[in-house]
Amino acid sequence: MTDPLLQVTDLTKSYGGVVATDRVNIDLRVGEIHAVIGPNGAGKTTLISQLAGEQMPDSGRIMFDGRDITHQPTYSRALQGIARTFQITNIVHDLPVIENVLLSVQAQAGHSFRFWQVARTDKTLIEPAMEALRRVSLGQRADDISRYLSHGEHRQLEIAMALAANPTLLLLDEPMAGMGAEESARMVDFLTSLKGEKTMLLVEHDMDAVFALADRITVLVNDRAIATGSPDDIRNNEDVRKAYLGDEES
Amino acid sequence: MSLSNLGIRGSVIVLVMILLALVPVLAAVTDNAFYLDVATRLVILAMAAVSLNLILGNGGMISLGHAAFIGIGAYSVGIPAYYDMYNGFIQIPLAIAASALFALITGAICLRTKGVNFIMITMAFAQMLFFAFVSIEEYGGDDGLVINVRSEFGGLIDLEDNVSLYYLSFVSLLAVLYLVHRIVNSRFGMVIGGAKGNERRMQSLGFNTYRYQLTAYVIAGAICGYAGTLLGSFTNFISPEMLDWSRSGELLFMVVLGGTGTLFGPVLGAAAFLLLEEYLSPLQDYLLFDGAGIYWQFSFGIILILVVLFGKGGIVGFLDRLDEKRQRRKAKGHD
Repeated sequence: MTDPLLQVTDLTKSYGGVVATDRVNIDLRVGEIHAVIGPNGAGKTTLISQLAGEQMPDSGRIMFDGRDITHQPTYSRALQGIARTFQITNIVHDLPVIENVLLSVQAQAGHSFRFWQVARTDKTLIEPAMEALRRVSLGQRADDISRYLSHGEHRQLEIAMALAANPTLLLLDEPMAGMGAEESARMVDFLTSLKGEKTMLLVEHDMDAVFALADRITVLVNDRAIATGSPDDIRNNEDVRKAYLGDEES
Repeated sequence: MSLSNLGIRGSVIVLVMILLALVPVLAAVTDNAFYLDVATRLVILAMAAVSLNLILGNGGMISLGHAAFIGIGAYSVGIPAYYDMYNGFIQIPLAIAASALFALITGAICLRTKGVNFIMITMAFAQMLFFAFVSIEEYGGDDGLVINVRSEFGGLIDLEDNVSLYYLSFVSLLAVLYLVHRIVNSRFGMVIGGAKGNERRMQSLGFNTYRYQLTAYVIAGAICGYAGTLLGSFTNFISPEMLDWSRSGELLFMVVLGGTGTLFGPVLGAAAFLLLEEYLSPLQDYLLFDGAGIYWQFSFGIILILVVLFGKGGIVGFLDRLDEKRQRRKAKGHD
């Protein structure tokens, strides 16, 4: 078996004595969708934030693509191919939709200490940006100011921004949050279409989506990873049933 | 392009720029050198305001210490002049380099903070420089220093001639406007603009926002330092008072008054600011009673408060709203 793309070892983080991540171990194989589930407050978003570099762990190690990135800042992780989406839409609201995506392309296109040529008409930026927008079916909204998009469209924009960076690893923090059933189903289809192309770590509350998408699932309860396995393993795992899935699956 | 294509905003801007270009003619015809005086100060301060707007309007960095760079620029003319060195080709690079260096060192520290702290610390650094110049007796302390001879450019242009100085300042303003226009629309401009809107998101996209913001801070400082050299030549006098924090506040106000984040806003803001400063006092004398003019700052303050409270987007924002109204009326007319 090849080395995992991402390997998290004994990741621990606490806030003033309150533990948020307790010796978590996770590894992501190349090309898989790895879901992280758990009740509210289980430390899922904190985990993603540490993987993305927005928060630094107290101890433990994060290896990505053979490199130790535990102490690297957010932007250098992004440049090495880790892109994330946010549970609460996180975009530059005042900019047109296309420019949010364009910035994501630009970030990966070498340094931006370029002071003279106009960026928004630069074909090498605008074309990949448009392509990412079209992939998430937001092409016709390109020139609208981002703040005026609907909730569902904001979620799509988040994905487009992540894709435009052409990452090897996608960290998806509840991409279906607040979506209606129909929108959710479309998002599941879309993420399925990315399967094999991108390695994904998916945090999601929608269990139907998780079991439809995930190759493997890790269950976080009380800041600890209590089980990892295939969807079937997880479904039949006694500890998980007791701690989390409970009645929902019976 | 006809004026109607420009809209109200565009027309006002073009008109103001044409007026500015013609001020020396106007001053000659009316035989009133005072116009030229006001216009020179206006154009130089507009340049400083444009540079402040680059970090404030486009980059979201609210500095209350920008006048420090005017001071550095002016002293870069004054101190060499004190030693009988009048060569502008030395003074100006010196001013730009010194401003950039000051911006680099202070900016590197200031940009570690955000929001109110950033405002306070930029102000604190400027005040440090203020008191540094106050304490240097050699260069006049708080009495300042007279500049006997303006910057010399080896016979290329004679700044002792007020009209030449004016046109150098005016052309410099145009050049700075063009430069800032290019920067704002470049990849670099996209990054600082994005960081203004959502800095953390920009970092998660892969931008080291700190470095870009610091660079913008240095560019703005350097431009303002250059403006300072012209102000030093123009006033023939420098004093620490030029870089007092209240001066920075005035620059800040010009930007807000004109419209933050718009290219010509700071120019319009500087124009409005200086005209109010010059004419509010006689106007008050005329409208109220003799002697009311000395209280001009009172009504000035009220105007500033009203603009901040109700004048969203400053003068440019106001003109934009007029344009919108006109367009709506036009659309209705076609129905």
